Amino acid sequence: MARNSENNVFYGVDRVTVIIYILLVIMGWLNIYAAVYNEEHQSIFDTSQKYGKQLIWIGGAAVIAFIILIIDANFYTAFAYGLYAFLLLANVLVVFFGREIKGSKSWFGLGGFGIQPAEFMKFAANLALAKFLSNQNIIVNQQFRLKLRDLLQNYKNTLYALFFIMAPLLIIKILQDETGLAIVFVAFIIVLYREGLSVNFLIFGLLAALLFVVALVVTQISSVLITLGVIAFSSFLFIRRSRRNFIMVSLVYALAAGVVLGTNYVYNHLEPHQKIRIDVLLGRGTVNLKKEGYNVNQAKIAIGSGGFLGKGYLQGTQTKYDFVPEQDTDFIFCTVGEEWGFAGSTLVIMLELFLILRLIFLAERQRSDFSRIYGYGVAVVLFFHLAVNVGMTIGLMPVIGIPLPFFSYGGSSLWSFTILLFIFIKLDANRLLILR
Amino acid sequence: MNNNIQLGERKFIIGGFFFLVALIYICRLFYIQIVDDRYLLAAQNNALRRQTEYPVRGFIFDRNGKLLVYNEPSYDLMVIPRETKGCDTLSLCDVLQITKAEYLKRMKRACQAPNSPRKQSVFEKQMSAATYAALQEKIYRFKGFFVQKRTVRKYPRPIAAHLLGYVGEVSKEKAEKDPYYHEGDYIGITGIERSYEEALRGQKGVQIALTDVHNRTIGRYMDGRYDTLAISGKPLYCTIDMTLQEYGEKLMQGKKGAVVALEPSTGEILALISSPGYDPNLLVGGKERARNFTVLYHDSTLPLFNRALQAMYPPGSTFKLIDALIAQHDGVIGRHTSFPCARGYPPMGGKPKCHPHAPVDLVGSVAQSCNSYYSYVFREITDQKKYPKFIDGYNHWRDMVMTFGPGTHLGTDLPYDKPGNVPSVEYYNKVFGKNGWRSNTIVSLGIGQAELLLVPLQMANVVATIANKGYYYVPHCIKGVGSEKTVDPKFKQKHFVGVQNPECYTNVIDGMQLCFDGGTAYAERIPGIVACGKTGTAENPHGKSHAVFMAFAPRDNPKIVIACLVENAGWGGVWSAPVVSLMMEKYLTGKVTRQAEEKRIMAADLIHGKNLLSTEFH
Repeated sequence: MARNSENNVFYGVDRVTVIIYILLVIMGWLNIYAAVYNEEHQSIFDTSQKYGKQLIWIGGAAVIAFIILIIDANFYTAFAYGLYAFLLLANVLVVFFGREIKGSKSWFGLGGFGIQPAEFMKFAANLALAKFLSNQNIIVNQQFRLKLRDLLQNYKNTLYALFFIMAPLLIIKILQDETGLAIVFVAFIIVLYREGLSVNFLIFGLLAALLFVVALVVTQISSVLITLGVIAFSSFLFIRRSRRNFIMVSLVYALAAGVVLGTNYVYNHLEPHQKIRIDVLLGRGTVNLKKEGYNVNQAKIAIGSGGFLGKGYLQGTQTKYDFVPEQDTDFIFCTVGEEWGFAGSTLVIMLELFLILRLIFLAERQRSDFSRIYGYGVAVVLFFHLAVNVGMTIGLMPVIGIPLPFFSYGGSSLWSFTILLFIFIKLDANRLLILR
Repeated sequence: MNNNIQLGERKFIIGGFFFLVALIYICRLFYIQIVDDRYLLAAQNNALRRQTEYPVRGFIFDRNGKLLVYNEPSYDLMVIPRETKGCDTLSLCDVLQITKAEYLKRMKRACQAPNSPRKQSVFEKQMSAATYAALQEKIYRFKGFFVQKRTVRKYPRPIAAHLLGYVGEVSKEKAEKDPYYHEGDYIGITGIERSYEEALRGQKGVQIALTDVHNRTIGRYMDGRYDTLAISGKPLYCTIDMTLQEYGEKLMQGKKGAVVALEPSTGEILALISSPGYDPNLLVGGKERARNFTVLYHDSTLPLFNRALQAMYPPGSTFKLIDALIAQHDGVIGRHTSFPCARGYPPMGGKPKCHPHAPVDLVGSVAQSCNSYYSYVFREITDQKKYPKFIDGYNHWRDMVMTFGPGTHLGTDLPYDKPGNVPSVEYYNKVFGKNGWRSNTIVSLGIGQAELLLVPLQMANVVATIANKGYYYVPHCIKGVGSEKTVDPKFKQKHFVGVQNPECYTNVIDGMQLCFDGGTAYAERIPGIVACGKTGTAENPHGKSHAVFMAFAPRDNPKIVIACLVENAGWGGVWSAPVVSLMMEKYLTGKVTRQAEEKRIMAADLIHGKNLLSTEFH
């Protein structure tokens, strides 16, 4: 048995996860074929077309997955910081040496193909974060101290952890101007929460977002009233914690007022296309469906016209006639919705969700903190992509250009998700080891 | 450790949160995909209007490049019932001159299957130019309505209706089966319009227009990136000679029957006449088309019936030519063979009957059309010693006959042709019982009577085969499709019949020439042209015999063959031979010298028994 476990690369690999992964990749490929489908290139293996290229990417992903399983699990802990630093550097260098595609310099050209280092930043950041957090005895402070000195002292580790998240976020956002790739790193906050970050941070974060939206949607007077309502609610929440009562309420009040008053300022300083995306999402003002509202409206039409069982494979009219832009990458879910209907789109969401929940389950059974934290990192990154990607096609999220994991066309995203996932599968296969 | 166990509870919060988000998304999907049909409707309209641009149907030219068929623009008023909210109904009724009740009736029809409130359907077909102009001024007040430009067929000369066929609305079944067609589209129903539909129709184009809520077009979607231009239908180059066709139709007026003229060296149909015909201009357009169609449909002379392809007639004596050829081929007769004739076929007590004539050899038998001679010939063929069983002899005769075309679909490019009939052994076994029939039982087959039936096109094809001495090209009416003038290669292929010895043909052709020079068609000689012909008088159960005549000319290097049949006109030499002879003269020389004969034929109304010249030609 022992010999067997040493020699067999697949020993201990979680089959359920791998099967779902394969299912999603195949479904994605078939849907890319449907989205790009045209009469002239009917062969699904035609490498001049995107579905043919995707097949090459899939083959590459299989090789990558295999290599990851071969490499010793200790490699990932040993080189966590190294990889992080290397990719951070690559993300800076790409701005100077990269190839310009669609107005942003985030691609390294490799012959006919391109590689986006920002995609690979995800797993490196996840590794580094897991390494950092697993090396702390008390990982993240969960107390909510109010003295500034105490606060800083107790949140030192939290701030360090935040650095690992914020550095790639800022580099990708500011230097590369890739909002979609950058904003993903926000998802790691959930990992920090799992490792002890106070729930208040999350509540305050959500409240701020809510107030921002409310302030944009309703009139000034109403927003003042709602703010008062929020204050009353939070007062009620903290009323029993007598000692901090007053300060807590004051803090919430300040935050709420700040958000409401600051909303217009923030909004006015957004870039025009971002303003429009928010307007579209919230139905603010008169949205012209022929122009700025076009994407989302067409996406909703494509999905909405699918009905219960859809129009049938390759029968989608909205996607086939290019009504939906980016239908093979960020809007691939439209093809699913239109051709496979409610049944198919629900299946895709359920599969992705099942994978994510499976990852949480696997993460929780790890003996080493490193593996657990890394596993959570994979789960939250996948979830963030799923939520934003599907959310924007059905009008619940603003349009942010991020792919649907394993589904969307693109080598960089498929490979980065594969690396992200399979490192964890490897860690899980060696879950009896203590990794630091 | 304790701390970690506490924090471990957070997996439920995180997992629950993920699950909740997924659930919200699925609910949202359920709402937009199933509950709310707004998006489904939007997918069809897409705030865009897909307006079909109908291609111009291909023109049809005759063999000399003269225009046979062209198009005229017409305007249909279309409606999408769902979008008519706020339409100025009263003023629309006023423009169209219909009542409110009629408006509601049409609206109801537009909403019911196979139409749908969401789909466009025709509200008023082919409006007059005046109506169109009046409507165009006010179209902004008629929400949900728009004008669809189409074309209708137009014929410069009112001829060749059966050959050209007509265009009509596509049937429901066809529209469901073929994705190219939508309810209300036009399609070729008969004739060339049907068989060359795919070439003629062209390719529909689509213009995607952005429309505002007031039903006004505000621009082209994506600057026309997804628009497709309509591609006009291909022109067709017909083998018909317009002059000959028109002349033949004039000769055939007042007579029931058919004329088919072929060019034997190519199989091209020079004229295809079914009489009585109709003016093809009657069957275009909307309301009038329906009215005219009903009138034509109920006419007792069956003007819509294409006799040239679909009427199966006994060929009568013209069939003797085939017998003569087969008998020579089998070696049972020669040029100088003669048989007794006693005003009839002696072995059967003078039946079939014959007319008085001098004793004849093979050549004379053709010229004089001796019934007795061909009764002998038929039995000589079927009762040959090499066939110990009679049915083998009969089958041999039948097989040989069928190589000339009778009893088969020739494979022409016109739809709905009938195969005719050469009775089978099984058929006679059923009628007379097995072994209950011999060659004498069915001897009238030998003179082209009994159950033997041919359509006029097959008759013409038989003559073409004789003119070519042993082969034919499948008769066809299109010699070029599109500007590149492609033609189906099957029309370039020679079909060889069972008799190949040129001497057999020479003997028969000698007889056919004698038919003009001193036989049954002596009165119809064409000055300066050596023509070869054969008369026939086809007895039939519908009254007086059909007059049949088939001929080709000139004898050397034949340019034209014609088969003509006039129903219930009596002896072939009197009515059919003149038609054939005059048409040949017209085609070969460009003019007609025998004006009295021409006048006599044109004037005769055999259907109503009156002189047409006194009424129509002043």
